[in-house]
Amino acid sequence: MELIKPGTKIPFTRYRYIAIAISSVVNLLVLILLFTKGPLLGVDFAGGTVAQLKFAKPVTIPEIRNALGDLGAGDTVIQDFGQEGSNEFLVRLQRTSAQLGELGEQIKARLTKQFGSNGFEVRRIESVGPKVGRELREKGAWSVIAATIMMGVYIWLRFELRFGLGAVIALIHDVLVTIGALLVANYEFDLTIVAALLTVVGFSVNDTVIVCDRVRDNLRKIKRDSLESIINMSINETLSRTIITTGTAILVLLALFILGGGVIRPFAFALLVGFFSGVYSTIFIASPVILLWEKGRIRK
Amino acid sequence: MRQSVLTRAIIFAIAIVAAIIYLVPTFVSPLPSWWSSFLPTDRIKLGLDLQGGSHLVLGVKVDKAIENTVERIRGDLINVLREKGVSGVSVERVEGTQIQVKVAATNAERVRGILKSDFGNLVEAKTPQTSGGISEFYLTLSKEELRSLRDYAVDQSLETIRNRIDQFGVSEPIIQREGQENILIQLPGIQDPERAKEIIGKTALLEFKLVDDTVNVEDAIKNGPPPGRQVLYGHAGKGEGLAAEKQAYVVESRPLMTGEYIQDARVRPAEQLHGASVELILNASGARLFEQITAANVKRRLAIVLDNRVYSAPVIQERIGGGRASITGSFDIKEARDLSIVLRAGALPAPVEILEERTVGPSLGSDSIRQGVISFVVGSSLVIVFMIVYYRGAGAIADVALLFHILFLLAILAALKAVLTMPGIAGIVLIAGMAVDANVLINERIREELRAGRTPRSAIEAGFQHAMPAIIDTNVTTFLSGLILFQFGTGPIKGFAVTLCVGILTTVVTAVYMTRIYYDYRAVTGKLKQISI
Repeated sequence: MELIKPGTKIPFTRYRYIAIAISSVVNLLVLILLFTKGPLLGVDFAGGTVAQLKFAKPVTIPEIRNALGDLGAGDTVIQDFGQEGSNEFLVRLQRTSAQLGELGEQIKARLTKQFGSNGFEVRRIESVGPKVGRELREKGAWSVIAATIMMGVYIWLRFELRFGLGAVIALIHDVLVTIGALLVANYEFDLTIVAALLTVVGFSVNDTVIVCDRVRDNLRKIKRDSLESIINMSINETLSRTIITTGTAILVLLALFILGGGVIRPFAFALLVGFFSGVYSTIFIASPVILLWEKGRIRK
Repeated sequence: MRQSVLTRAIIFAIAIVAAIIYLVPTFVSPLPSWWSSFLPTDRIKLGLDLQGGSHLVLGVKVDKAIENTVERIRGDLINVLREKGVSGVSVERVEGTQIQVKVAATNAERVRGILKSDFGNLVEAKTPQTSGGISEFYLTLSKEELRSLRDYAVDQSLETIRNRIDQFGVSEPIIQREGQENILIQLPGIQDPERAKEIIGKTALLEFKLVDDTVNVEDAIKNGPPPGRQVLYGHAGKGEGLAAEKQAYVVESRPLMTGEYIQDARVRPAEQLHGASVELILNASGARLFEQITAANVKRRLAIVLDNRVYSAPVIQERIGGGRASITGSFDIKEARDLSIVLRAGALPAPVEILEERTVGPSLGSDSIRQGVISFVVGSSLVIVFMIVYYRGAGAIADVALLFHILFLLAILAALKAVLTMPGIAGIVLIAGMAVDANVLINERIREELRAGRTPRSAIEAGFQHAMPAIIDTNVTTFLSGLILFQFGTGPIKGFAVTLCVGILTTVVTAVYMTRIYYDYRAVTGKLKQISI
């Protein structure tokens, strides 16, 4: 079976200006969203407490809110969690149990009063102090930045500076698109999201490597063609492996997203978006950047 | 080449057997006794998020420990100055960790001499000033002293907490230092995290202080206690409540004795009229000291203070020999037991605060495992089917390599004693999708070479050779990001980073070298006239 017939010649580089324009607008929108709306921070980063509750019978969010009453823990956010009909809810509190003493006991006591001791189960309680949250946030951001730069440097060393530059710009694009998708889908940012972003950085650069590898080969083999046509040829020649390598990863991610449960769903979502974006950015961002860089140098 | 194929096949066969041996403990339980005597028994451990339990990060308030030390040195300094007959000196603690000494200028030289000879661990925080006939010295602990004090506070806290947890009875706890001033504690399978926190977090500083009945308590509360005295409040057991907590005592600030002399602490069950109590057994020097103290203060009240709460303040009827004292209060047997644990394990050198707490119940863990396994089976089946449909025979070879990759990955995780977490399972699932990538690169290249008119045998040769640089580069980049993640991550995230990094290594081995053995075998046996790809 062949997805892309040999000899396919899609003039990808011809669309580079429109692709760069669209991507720039999208990235700009993500940045605006990031700084205006801001990310929804999970307890890892914002500090506070999250409790995962499972009820024996169907209950509504207002019922839970009534039962909990005022815990003195700041704003209480209750949301549906897990699969349909699993009666699971997440309760988010602004403060930590260390500040409030036995928060877990309190939650249990109040829910027992309303639902009986067999009517519910506290499946998980996580509490993170504000200081830890700030530290993790900074470390998380820096590790994503460091990874991106490291990929660029690696490709620079293995290939050429212009390829490394293209890869870094493509990666920034992928990370921003992933962040944007998380913002729009209202997923919380926590440690697993940082893990997802780092994986996106490490994986979506793979397609760029494959194209670069082919560009380098073709540059050696073919002397008379322009850089643009060589890049275009290389993208076409490697197109099926770009799609299939990402495609197999997407197959398992779909399984994780649908079947992996609530804890892992945001993680799988981020990877899905990031990997899709990785294919796009390899073809429409990384390659044109190499081309633009070259043109800029010739003009000088 | 025939020889080399055989050698490589044998090496792989050995690797497979070794992998299976490493995995047996994980899947077979209990292990037969002959196995345990000479074969590996380490199994893949489940992280707290999968088996349930509590994960705590405590911050040791080392500044508090330093303040306590400075305060003690201040007391020593006052005593030494008094012994040496230097009068008219004021010694105060300022700015947390500095000692300010004010003395008449005429005595300044003597004080300087005493500081130099008896307090070598102090350095000047500011240059001394003299004005209006008064000299002021500002002293603080030296840098090295501060550093060793900080280290000591954290290490000592760690030891004490380890002691307490050991006595509390948790199987396979993890207690380790994290960073400069934090302590990481993992308590697998714990059912009552609140109680564990209570035991771990208590400073448990026990002090015996004399009650000063000559001072009116209300006056002391309103106007502040006289010098050398302090107001302490009572401790309320479960049975009492606010009344006991509001009970105030005026006591001498200087403790006569502290908990460091405790040799053992035992629970005495409740008797008529009394709740449960904790009996303290003092060591020899403690017993002697206690005897002296009680002999010197007959008919006075001795407050037993734990973490600045007065548990009881009995009147000393007579000299008490034998080194036994008891703490009463109206606590129940559970409270008494917990109290005896912390008293036996000793006090923390500094208070601790809980920075992070994650508790997972056992039911969530088993749900997560089930969901993880289902997504793994479904995800990798999709990949396996896709590879066969797309590459036929070559796809099937890649699938076999994928299965061996999974075997090796799990075996290495078991051998590394790695902890499997939910993100770790997600990592295994994800890697299953990435594992065939090397084969995709190789197969695509082989197809290209075939189209260019090569024979199957040379196409395979060229395919492996030309795909190699890209395979190495793509795996190095993913591995690098895994390393960064390992650096950054904590707990569950580290589990993901480990599976990612180990998985990258095993995919390269199985997808490249293992499949190559198969093709080379067909080449040497002359069965490579045609390939299915």
